This record gives sequence, C-alpha cells and structure tokens, in this order.
Amino acid sequence: MKKLFLALVAAMIVAPAALAAGGKVEPYKKGDWAFSGPFGVHDKEAVQRGFQVYRQVCSACHGVKLLAFRNLGDKGGPYHLEQCPEGIPEGTDCSDPNANPYVKAIAAEYQITDGPDDSGEMFQRPGIPADRLPQPFANEQVARLANGGALPPDLSLILKARKDGADYVYSLLTGYEEPPATVNLAPTQHYNPYFAGDMSQLLKEEFRDEEGHPKEGVEIPHGGVLAMAPPLVEGIVDYADEATPETVDQYAHDVVNFLAWASDPKMEQRKRLGFITVAYLLLLSGVLYWSYKTLWAKVDH
Amino acid sequence: MGADSGTQVTSAATEEPSRREFIHIFGATIAGAAGVGALVPLIDQMNPDASVRALSTKEVDLSAVEPGQAIKVMWQGKPVFIRRRTAEEIKMAEEVSVGDLKDAKARNANLPDDTPATDDNRITGGDAAKHPEWLILVGVCTHLGCIPLGTAQGEVRGDYQGWFCPCHGSHYDLAGRIRKGPAPENLPVPPYTFLSDTSIRIG
Amino acid sequence: MKHQSTYVPKTGVERWLDRRLPIVRLAVDSFGDYPVPKNLNYWWTFGGILMVFLVIQIVTGVVLAMHYTPHASMAFASVEHIMRDVNYGWLFRYVHANGASFFFLAVYIHMFRGLFYGSYKEPREVSWILGVVIFLLMMATAFMGYVLPWGQMSFWGATVITNILAAVPVVGESIQQLLWGGPSVGNPTLNRFFSLHYLLPFAIFGVVILHVWAFHVSGNNNPTGVPVKDVKKDTLPFTPYYTVKDGFAIAVYLTVFAVFVFFMPNVLGHPDNSIEANPLSTPAHIVPEWYFLPFYAILRAITFNIGPIDSKLGGVIAMFGSIGVLFILPWLDTSKVRSMRYRPTAQLWFFLFVACCIGLGYLGSQPAEGVYVVWAQILTAYYFAFFLIILPLLGIIEKPKPLPKSINEAVLKKSGAAPALQPAE
Repeated sequence: MKKLFLALVAAMIVAPAALAAGGKVEPYKKGDWAFSGPFGVHDKEAVQRGFQVYRQVCSACHGVKLLAFRNLGDKGGPYHLEQCPEGIPEGTDCSDPNANPYVKAIAAEYQITDGPDDSGEMFQRPGIPADRLPQPFANEQVARLANGGALPPDLSLILKARKDGADYVYSLLTGYEEPPATVNLAPTQHYNPYFAGDMSQLLKEEFRDEEGHPKEGVEIPHGGVLAMAPPLVEGIVDYADEATPETVDQYAHDVVNFLAWASDPKMEQRKRLGFITVAYLLLLSGVLYWSYKTLWAKVDH
Repeated sequence: MGADSGTQVTSAATEEPSRREFIHIFGATIAGAAGVGALVPLIDQMNPDASVRALSTKEVDLSAVEPGQAIKVMWQGKPVFIRRRTAEEIKMAEEVSVGDLKDAKARNANLPDDTPATDDNRITGGDAAKHPEWLILVGVCTHLGCIPLGTAQGEVRGDYQGWFCPCHGSHYDLAGRIRKGPAPENLPVPPYTFLSDTSIRIG
Repeated sequence: MKHQSTYVPKTGVERWLDRRLPIVRLAVDSFGDYPVPKNLNYWWTFGGILMVFLVIQIVTGVVLAMHYTPHASMAFASVEHIMRDVNYGWLFRYVHANGASFFFLAVYIHMFRGLFYGSYKEPREVSWILGVVIFLLMMATAFMGYVLPWGQMSFWGATVITNILAAVPVVGESIQQLLWGGPSVGNPTLNRFFSLHYLLPFAIFGVVILHVWAFHVSGNNNPTGVPVKDVKKDTLPFTPYYTVKDGFAIAVYLTVFAVFVFFMPNVLGHPDNSIEANPLSTPAHIVPEWYFLPFYAILRAITFNIGPIDSKLGGVIAMFGSIGVLFILPWLDTSKVRSMRYRPTAQLWFFLFVACCIGLGYLGSQPAEGVYVVWAQILTAYYFAFFLIILPLLGIIEKPKPLPKSINEAVLKKSGAAPALQPAE
C-alpha cells in the first residue's frame, strides 16, 4: 500500500509537458498605468485626451454604447467638477453631471436622433447629458458592410473583455508592423504581432509542402491579421496642451486611459471604500481575536 | 492554540463566563457597527439611480393646441397637463379670491414656497415671462395619486370647469387649484420655461 | 448526546410566549447553551462562515434582482446598468459574484474537514447526506446564476452544460428541451434560470436548517472523533465560546473576501463574460468558474466508450457519479475510527485525495488535449478509487493509533506534549 502511494505521488509531481500551441501572440508591451494597483486612480488629463482621440479617430467605427455624456461629469469621470467655473449662474450644482457646463457643451456638440415626433418622424436634436454617445452604425449589418465584413467591437468594456486588456490594447495600437516576407496578405488585411490569429494559413506557396502544411524549418510569424488599418499616425489629433507629444505612442497611451475609465468608471469609489472596509475588518478581527483569547484562557481546550 | 493555563474548567454551566469584560462588549459593538454600515448601501440602492436622475427635462411643441384644448405629456413618468385656456376661462380663474381657496399656496416649482395661489402665480414659468393662456400642471391628484379627468375632449371637468378626480371626487378649477373633495393641495406646477411662443421645456 | 433544555423563562412575557411558541427556547437550546465539544479547531468555523455567506448571497441577490432585467436583449445592459448607474450597484454585484466563489471555497474546506474527521460516520450520516444535497443545490444555483449576466461565457457555459443532459438515454433530449424552452439556449432559458436562481437559495436555506438540526440531535463531531462522555468535562456552551471563535474566523475570512471584492473583483471571472452573448460565435476556450473545474475535468476525462455507454454519456455518469458517491460514503468507509488523526495511512491517502481534487481543478482549466487528458483520467481514477477501493479496504487492513478515552483526556494530553500528527490549527 505504501509503495503504491509513493509511486502515485511521484507520478503526480512530474509536471505535464507544455503543449505546442497553434497561433502564438507576441508578449504584450507592459504599460505604466496610473489606474493599476490598489492605490491607482484614473489620470483625468490622460482620460480627457484619450476621449479626444476616441472622438476624432476611433468613433468613426467603434461605439462606446454604455457611456452617456453625463458619465464624463460623474465622480471619478474626466470632467467632474467639485465647484463651478466662473460665469455659471449662482445655485448651479456643477458636481451634478447633468448641470456640469463642460458635459453640457460636449453633449451639445453631438446630434442625437430622437423621436418619433407628432408626425411620426424621427428628428435630430443637440445632445443633453442624459443621452448616450451615438453609435457609429445603425446596426450590425451596416457596420459589417462598411468594414469589409468585419464588425468593429464596442469599446465600452474592451479592457475588461480582453486578458491584460490595457497592455493588449496599447500593444495592438502601437504594434502594427510590415508583414513578414513569408506571408501573403490581402489588401484589407493588416498584420499585427499582438492580434490573436493563425499566420500559418497565410504562408506563401513556396513555404508550404504539398499538403499545404508549413515546410520543415519555416518559422510561423507571431500574431495575426485584422481588418482595422493602423488607426493612429503622428499628429492626427491636435492636443490643446502643447507639452503633450502628439505621437502614436502618446495617443495609444491616452486612449487606453480613456477606455480604462470607460470600462470601470466606479474604480476610484471602489478602492476608497475598499480601504475603509479592509481596515475595519482588520480591526474587527483583532478585537475578536483578543476577545476570543480572553474568553478561552479560562478553559482547557 | 495551546492552553496556557493549567486550570481545568470544572463546569461550563456553573462557571459564569465574564461576558461583561470590556473586550467582549467592544467586539460586539464593532461587529454591530458593520450591520449599521451595511444599511447605507442597502437603502441607498433603492434611491433613483443615475440614469433616472439624468432624465429630467422634456421639450414640448405647443403649436397644435387650440384655445380651449388640453394635452397630456409624460415627464419623469408622470403626466403633465398643458391646457390652452380661452379668454373667458382665464377671466374665471383670475376672479377667484385666494381667501376662498382650500389651499392658498401656489405650489409652483418656479416660485418660492410661500407664494399665494393667485392665477398669475399659477401660470408663471421659470423665465418669469407670463403666458396666461398656458396652464401647465403635474396631472397627479394630490390626494392619492390618480389622474384627474378633464384634459381630453368630453371628459368630466368637475364643478369648477377644471379637472375632476374620479377616484375620490376631488374638483380642481381652471388654474388647477383644489376646490372641493379630499385632495389637500393644488395640482403642482412643474419647473418649465418657454423656449419660444409655441414650445416649452419641462424640468 | 441528548441536550436537556436549560432555558428558564425569566419574565412573565417570556413565560407567556414559551407556553405558546417556544421560539426563544429553541434559539437558546440551539445556539445559546447548546453544548459543543471543547476541542473544535478552526476547521470547524467554516460552518458559521457558510451561514454568513448564504445570508450575504441572498441579501445581495435580492438587491440585484431589483435592478436586473431577465431578458436576452436587455440582461447584459441591465447588469452594466447596475455597475454604472445604480447607487452602490457595483458593490452589490461584486459582492454577489465573488461571494459565490468564497461560498464554494468555504464549502470545499467544510467538506474536506468532514472527510478528514469522519463527520459523515454513524450517527451523522443524515447530516452528511443533507450536506451533499445542499452542495448539489448550490451547484445548480451557481450555474444558473452565472448565466444571468448573459455574457459569452454565460451563454456558452449554459449551452455546453445543458447539452450534457442530452447524453442521458431516452429522456435526455426531452429534459434538455424543458430546460431550454426552445430549440436552443435563448430568452426562455434565461427567464426560467432567473426564476430558479431566485428560488433555489431558499430551498438551500431550508435544507441548511435540517442539516444543522441533524447534527444537533447527534451532537457535533470533534477532532478526536470520540463522542462526548461527560457533558461537564467535554463540552462548552456554544455561546459565548463558539460564537466568539466563529466570529473571529468570520471576520478574518471576510477580510480576505473584501480584498477580492474591492481590489481585484474580476480575477476570479473570465474576460469573455464582458462580451455580450453571441449565439453565432463560441469563445476559444470555454471554462466554467473555478469551483466547477474539477467536475469539468472529470466530465472531459471519459474519452472512450465503455461497452454500450458512449464517451459522452460516460463523462456525464462520471461527473454526476463523483458527487453521487458522496451520498453512500458513510457506508463505504468501513473503519470504526472516525478521525483520521488516529489513522496514519488513511491520512496520507486523504491528502493525496485533496491534491487530486486540486489537480483536477487545474486540468479543468486547461485545454482538453494530449497529456492533460491522460492526467485527468489518472486523477479521475484516483478520485473514485479513494471512495470505492481505498476507504473500504483501509478500514479492514489499517491499524489505527490508540484513541483517547475522552475529549477531556485528549485536551489535557495536548496541553502537556503535542502529539506528532496535528493536521489542524
């Protein structure tokens, strides 16, 4: 019995061999994110710039359907105000996102489809803080038609919907490369070493054997191809702040900050309440331990 | 957790544990505080959420409403009555003396709380411009929340030509003031402003 | 261990009520003066922890149901509405989602404790069986709850697991259709899962009462497995001794829980569930929540036909069998000694069994390919062998260490010189 036991233990200790995976992805670049860690908060200025990048670049194809304009002025949001700026009528509570002048101005820059009106027609009106950000496409079919069959995903939760979301999106946006010489790409395909895919299917004829499999010794490039062309180029968005560089890297960094806030707008409240709760529970644990020891000191157990 | 005292407990029942020692009371107190603390989110989650709080305004086009007619629109989940009064109806409403009213307060969200319920104060919007033709009211009976009749053509308007609540028989006049029946207050005037002569924004 | 009621109503009101509805007497007898062996270690605090989590899950669940919309086209958005718009909505959702994980963690520890100390043996078989019933109800509740946010993992998890039922001969497909309410997982499925997810916790609550009642009739087990001989020497009243000890353990466990809820609320979840359900596209790897992984591994381990039973049905039988075997465990273990503290050989096999369950959990999270499948088969074989071969055999061939004469004797010995094998504390 003992021998059988030892044999089983020994067998279990031997670790399973690693599997050969199909398409490999380049390890993501590690960004330095203001929002990570227990003390992390959203970098409001980066979120504002990222929102600008989103508006001027991403929003042509990608929606953020879970965001309303009012969210921009919520506590923890990029345009939240504790006090009203100059020139706002007395008695206005600018900490209320619906009264926040920046939020109202941003909303009013958008045209929102509303209705139907009394004649049964839909109509356009300027946005108000309660409105959600408009979608780039009326429905999935239109979106696919406009993007060569591909569906640009909604970005509201994209950082939560991908493993290591922030690093992934940052790597993807800054990681476009010329395709390796061993593959053939269609004009609508764009190579990115960080995008999950299977490049072995795109190998040129001369690198495959008769059955179509990659030839011995041919390295299969990391990553995959996607329908989205490199969206960011240097100088494409004009930042009001002169000190911030207008580079692809900076744009990607800022837009990730925006998306981090969009996917987790309550993060700051959560962490704040977390510190209070954990501190309280530690105190309670300590006191109850003391109470327990005092009580049980009188008995043998 | 080794027992550090060698004394043996003789009987659990006879040896009264020292329940009154400070540390036990302290422990129970902070544990109880958790319950109280948990009540804050438990109760607050039932308050109107952010999306409800945001949807507070509504714009209404009045151009299709003829004198003598009234319409009903939805605002914050409640009906708002908008009546275009005729000159005769305005006169009737103006002639009522505040002293005769059951509720002498204007109940107008655009005016201070203690304003008297004159017809003039009932038709004042947020922009202070007077549009005596237009009477704008939250159409919820101040008794128990039914919707009074009298807006649509042919509906019962009650003894005072305004509105009549069928649930418990409250009569409102041509300025939406309670005149008879169990309702305690005048129909409230919501916050509104005229955007043009024929359109208003409620809220 | 019959407990004589020690409750004496003091005031007139108490006497009046006691003659009509002796509810105070019940509470005092069950949680006040109720005698508990004085040597219970920290592993015994998980019962109290589980009570707390059942209440947390029910309370937060009721709150979430106030804001959630059980409709295929609105469920995902309504969950995000809770996360973004509802006051403290994010808190309730993260507590509820992570609460399920911590509930299962506690229940597994509670079950392993029962296994180690022989708490399933005579005279506590009924309490153990009711515990397994609770476990099954918990699994059903958790599975249906995971479907409600209507993300990709929700949808495809529901599809895969309900497809399991189709393997059952004759009635399988009818049962599947009854669960689906249509030709596939869809809005009717979501609606009934919501209804049942709300209902089952109350059923759990009911069975929990029976579970506690059952071991209050027989008396608690204890780390020595030796029954209480002398109530005065061997036991302490539940209050205050164990209320305070349980309270301390609950506070510590809640601290760890809070760290997850507030600082890493999504690490136990899966990124794919942040994508709305899409019936046209399956995620690359479908993995259940971590607490189902061992059973998922067993399900996938059966890759071969066994006589007339094909591999699909075989997997289903193995998976349900892995829980079913727990029902007959009291009669499989032939040892007269309850606690493995005095069973050195059984102890080794037990720890190997714990490792086996953790190993199965790991394998369940990996793709079902190559060496992983072989390992899952080995561990599945051990899982069943532990219950069906090792425990029955060990009871006959193993020579246990001498038992202490009483709980009190064991305690006194311990405060002198610590024994060699001390698994707990």
